[in-house]
Amino acid sequence: MIPPGFEYYAPTSVHEATALLKQHGAEAKILSGGMSLIPLMKLRLAAPRHIIDINRIPELAYIKEADGFLKIGALTRESDLERSELIRSKYPILTDTASTIADPLVRNMATVAGNLAHGDPANDHPATMLALGAQVVAVGPKGERRIPVSSFFTGILSTALNPDELLTEILIPIPPAGSGGAYIKMERKVGDFATAAVAAQLTIGAGGICERAGIGLTNAGPTPIKAEKAEGVLRGKKIDDEAIRQAAQLASEASDPKSDLRGSAEYKRDLVRVLTARVIRRALERARNGR
Amino acid sequence: MANRKIHVKVNGTPMEAEVEPRLLLVHCIRDTFQLTGTHIGCDTSHCGACTVLLDGKPIKSCTFFAIQADGRSITTVEGLEQNGTLHPVQEGFCQEHGLQCGFCTPGMMLTAAAFLKENPKPTEQSIRRAISGNLCRCTGYVNIVKAIQYAAAKLAAGG
Repeated sequence: MIPPGFEYYAPTSVHEATALLKQHGAEAKILSGGMSLIPLMKLRLAAPRHIIDINRIPELAYIKEADGFLKIGALTRESDLERSELIRSKYPILTDTASTIADPLVRNMATVAGNLAHGDPANDHPATMLALGAQVVAVGPKGERRIPVSSFFTGILSTALNPDELLTEILIPIPPAGSGGAYIKMERKVGDFATAAVAAQLTIGAGGICERAGIGLTNAGPTPIKAEKAEGVLRGKKIDDEAIRQAAQLASEASDPKSDLRGSAEYKRDLVRVLTARVIRRALERARNGR
Repeated sequence: MANRKIHVKVNGTPMEAEVEPRLLLVHCIRDTFQLTGTHIGCDTSHCGACTVLLDGKPIKSCTFFAIQADGRSITTVEGLEQNGTLHPVQEGFCQEHGLQCGFCTPGMMLTAAAFLKENPKPTEQSIRRAISGNLCRCTGYVNIVKAIQYAAAKLAAGG
């Protein structure tokens, strides 16, 4: 399949990239990993007239902790995240997530930021970033702004990014002591999107009381879903079997999946319930082990 | 949509091509560079028949524009053999019957070669995980895993 023609630009700085975006705006697309964009172009579902390739902006590739945040640069590949010792030891929820995306070859190109900016509710990082309470940094002609991930996904394949803005960084608040998180995905085979997947991030404080709970759902509706009622039922108490059962039920009720070749809507809603209970238990275990 | 000149090192040899930006790397390799060992399978980034190494890392060349490779190094299956000697992975595929129809083989071997460079003592599970983006529709995975284990052992013994 041959994609439609386009003009190609390979800026070497964020400044240069945003100037190109300002010039071409809605007719331009950012090419980072290209693992969603290029297939869409080959299928002629997307036909951008201008492609701005950010792969030659090395300053965008980093994973670091600074100013109270874990900072992930826009060019960080899924394989970088998967192999990072910092991520493995302190943010296993991100290792869980990255290692289930597509397949190892795709992960060598695919970027974490692209997984968010594509706005696909079937992508895996959105749920995890919702659970972690992440923000993204968008740079445009008017400067830089931070967008909470909880208000980033506005519809199917749509985000709060303006056409002239570049997502440059993901900011994850460094979790306090007693935190733990996990991501569990049900997929039919390697490379498939999730039938359903659930992310949970918990902070357990003094006396075993849950101080913070984040739960995100993948491929369970038209946008990634933050299961707020499920989070609410966990917060402020000791998480016991009954609380887990209630949270799982509420997460299931928050989901709004469609029947397709991966299963019926009824099956997927129940899968959300089962996965939510499992992922809360795994997150709790990790919180107790100090990660 | 002006054509652009790109310079790529292919299997160690500097090469250049005039490309339309939309030209996919796999077409550039097969049609322009005439290296037809790289296969086109699904053309949707699922199967891995088009796997090449980009600066040593396996990627799917059907989902990458040739222009993105400007200034970078590509290894195709033709580059595995060195001075008339098969790469240990190639030898493993011969010895362990690691191929049936052979269509997935170039991609499978490149993924394996890159994997063994980073993981000289692989477990069977880690091998299976490493090749999970390369599909063999003859379902010959048992012998493919054996072939990669053969190569690991040979490399450990000094190549």
